[in-house]
Amino acid sequence: MRSIRAAAVGAVTLSLALAATACGGGSSNGSGSNDSPGTLTYWASNQGASIAVDKKVLQPELDKFEKKTGIKVKLEVVPWSDLLNRILTATTSGQGPDVLNIGNTWSASLQATGALLPWDDGNFAKIGGRDRFVDSALSSTGVRGKDPAAVPLYSMAYALYYNKKIFADAGIAEPPATWDELVADGKKIKAGGKAVLGAEGANLSENIHHVFVFAKQHDADFFTADGKPDFTGPKVVDAVKQYVDLMAKDKVIPTGDAEYAQNQSVSDFAKGKQAMLLWQSAAANLTSQGMSEDAYGVAPVPVRSGAPGSGPQVNSMVAGINIAVFKNTRNLDGATKFVEFMTSDAEQKTLNTAYSTIPPVKAAQGDAAFDAPDTAVLKNTLATSAAALPQVPSESQFETAVGTAVKDLFADAAAGRAVTTDSVKAELEKAQQQMPAA
Amino acid sequence: MTTTALKEPVRPTSPGAAREPRRRTGRIRRIGLPYLLLLPALLLELLVHLVPMVIGVVMSFKELTQFYIRDWGAAPWSGFGNYKVSVDFDAPVGKALLHSFSVTVGFTLLSVGLCWLIGTAAAICMQDTFRGRGLLRALFLVPYALPVYTAVITWVFMFQHDNGLVNHVLHDQLHLTGEPSFWLIGDNSFYALLTVSVWRGWPFAFLIVMAGLQNIPRELYEAAALDGAGMWQQVRRITLPSLRPVNQVLVLVLFLWTFNDFNTPYVLFGKSAPEAADLVSVHIYQASFVTWNFGTGSAMSVLLLLFLLAVTGVYLLVTSRGRRAADV
Repeated sequence: MRSIRAAAVGAVTLSLALAATACGGGSSNGSGSNDSPGTLTYWASNQGASIAVDKKVLQPELDKFEKKTGIKVKLEVVPWSDLLNRILTATTSGQGPDVLNIGNTWSASLQATGALLPWDDGNFAKIGGRDRFVDSALSSTGVRGKDPAAVPLYSMAYALYYNKKIFADAGIAEPPATWDELVADGKKIKAGGKAVLGAEGANLSENIHHVFVFAKQHDADFFTADGKPDFTGPKVVDAVKQYVDLMAKDKVIPTGDAEYAQNQSVSDFAKGKQAMLLWQSAAANLTSQGMSEDAYGVAPVPVRSGAPGSGPQVNSMVAGINIAVFKNTRNLDGATKFVEFMTSDAEQKTLNTAYSTIPPVKAAQGDAAFDAPDTAVLKNTLATSAAALPQVPSESQFETAVGTAVKDLFADAAAGRAVTTDSVKAELEKAQQQMPAA
Repeated sequence: MTTTALKEPVRPTSPGAAREPRRRTGRIRRIGLPYLLLLPALLLELLVHLVPMVIGVVMSFKELTQFYIRDWGAAPWSGFGNYKVSVDFDAPVGKALLHSFSVTVGFTLLSVGLCWLIGTAAAICMQDTFRGRGLLRALFLVPYALPVYTAVITWVFMFQHDNGLVNHVLHDQLHLTGEPSFWLIGDNSFYALLTVSVWRGWPFAFLIVMAGLQNIPRELYEAAALDGAGMWQQVRRITLPSLRPVNQVLVLVLFLWTFNDFNTPYVLFGKSAPEAADLVSVHIYQASFVTWNFGTGSAMSVLLLLFLLAVTGVYLLVTSRGRRAADV
C-alpha cells in the first residue's frame, strides 16, 4: 500500500515538474536588461584554421577582458555551417548569446528580424563613435539609412594567390591582371601538367561572392535600386556565364572543383597541385596547411580590362565579420563594453594579425603590422576597389537561390553539358522565382 | 483530479459512515492509479510530440517570414495561403515541391524494395547453421549500428570525383566508365543516395526477418521436403506466408523511415541537394530554414504528414483485411 502511494506521489511530482518546465521555456520578447551583469556568452565565428585555433587565439583576450571588467565571457566558436541556423533559432526562441559574430553580408537580413541591437549614435558613442571605423566596412552593416545592426570586427578582401614556382616553370613573369591574361596563362600552366585555378563550385556563398563581382564588372546588379530581385537582365546573365565559363569554356577551373564545398581548392593550392586561387585573406589558412609564405604571391583579382577601381573595375566584395549584440541580452552594459573592448585599437591589432585580416578600425589599420606586401594588396583592394553585397533584407535568400543556380550550372559544365546564355538565364529565372515576393 | 482521491484516506472519518465512502475511494483509487502512473509518460508525450506538432500546424497558417520570427504572435494570419502556394503546381514553389515529392516516392519505393529483398535473402541464407554464421550476422549489422553522420561522411569521401574510392574502382581499375563520374552533383546523385540508403537500411530488414524466421517450426520444412518441395517452393509456400505479419510491419516502418529520411541526403549533399536527389525532407528544410519562410515550410510539413497518415491508413487497412481473409 505504502509503495503504491509513494509511486503515485512520485508520478504526480514528476508530472508537475514536467508541466512547470514546459511553461518555463517560454520566450521573453522584451528588450535587453542588466539582470546578470557578471557573465556574457559570446558566439565567435570560425576564423582560424580550426575551432581549436580560434579558442587559442580568443581565450587570452577574453581573460584580459575579465581582468579589466570582472565580466566572465563564455566562449563558443560556432562553425560556419551552423552559425546562421543557430542565430535563427536564437532569434525565434529569444534564448541566445549576448554577443555574437555574423558574416557581414547577413547584416541586412538579420536586421530585418529585429533580433540585433541597433547601433544608433548613442550606442556608437559607447564604443568611441562611428568615425573610428573605415567607411567600406560600415557599408556592410545593414540597410542604408537605418542604424547598423552590427559593428565591423574583421575586414577581408579577395585576392589572387598564385604559386610562384608553377608560374616560373610555365615561364609566366607577372600574375594576370585581366581575365583574358588569366586564361592565356592557364594554357601555359596546363601544358606543365598543373591545374590552373581553384573554385568551390558547390559552396553557395563562394559562388555568390564571385558572381557578384563579375556582375559589378559587367556594370550590373542583382537587385534594383529599390531592392527588388533582378537576376535575369542580359548583363547579369553574361556575368554569371563568364564565371561558369572559366570551367565550361576556358577550362581553367578543373571540372572536379564543381563538387568542392569544404575548401578543398585551398588545400589543392597549398599542396602545389594548382597554380592560382581566388580567396579572401588566405594567408593564415595557407600557413596552417603547411605552405610557406614565400612560396606564393598575392595580386589583385583580375578585371576585364584596365586596372582595379570603382564601378566596373571592382574586383572584390567587402568581405568581413561584424560583431553584434543580441537584443534579448541580460547584460546590456557588459555586452556593449565587450564590443568596445573587441574593437579597441590594441585588440584589433592582436586579433587581425592572428587571423591575417584587416582591421576595420582606422587607427589600428595604420599599424606597421598591416603593411606587409600581401596585406597591403588586401588593404588597397578594400580601400579602392571593393563593393558591399546588396544590403537588402532578402540577401540571405539571394545567396541560397543564386548560389544554388551557379552550383547547378557548374554541375552541368562538369558533366560536359553545354552552358549557354539560355541555360544560364533559365537557372537564374528559377532562382528569382524562389525569392520572396516582397 | 485524481490527486484529491489520494488525500481521501487521511481524512478522519467516523466509524459508522466510513464503510461506504471507503469502498468508493478504494475503487477510484484502483481505477485511477494506472492513469496516474501513465500521467508522466502522457505529459512527456504531449511535450515532445504533440505540442510541437500543434505549433507546427498553427505556424502553417501564419505568414512567418524573417520579419516576424522574433515575435510569432505578431505574424499575420494567412489562412490557407501557405497551402495554396505549396500545391499550386503551375507556380515555381508548387512545381518544385511536386518534383521533389515524385523523386522521393521513386526513391522510397526502390530503397524499401531493395532493403527488403536483400535483407530477406540474407536472412534466409543465414538460417542454416554453418561455420562463421555468427560472425557474418554481426558483420551484416554493422551499417545499422554505425552513427549516421560518420557513416554517411565516409560515403561522401568514397563518392568524391577526384580521389574517391568509387571512381577509383569503377574507372581506374575496372575501366567501366569513359571518364570519372560525378556522384555528389548532377543526375548520378540519385544512385549515390539510393546506394547509401539501401546500405544503411537493409540490415534492419535482415534483423527483423531473421527474428521472424525463428518462429517458423522446422517440421513444416521437413514435411515439405518429404513431399518433394524444393528450396524455392519452401521459400514461397512456407517462409514468405509465415513471415507475412512481420513483413507487414517491416515494410511500413522502412517506408516511413526512408520517406522521411533527412540525415542521409543532408550529409551527402548539404543544404541544397541536386535536383535528381531532392528528397522532400531536405526540400522542406530548405523552404523554411534557408529561405526563412517558416510558414510555407510548416504547410509543406503538414501536407507531408497528411500524406503519410493516408498511406499508412490505407496500407494497414488493405494488408489487415487480406490477412483476415487468409485466416478464415
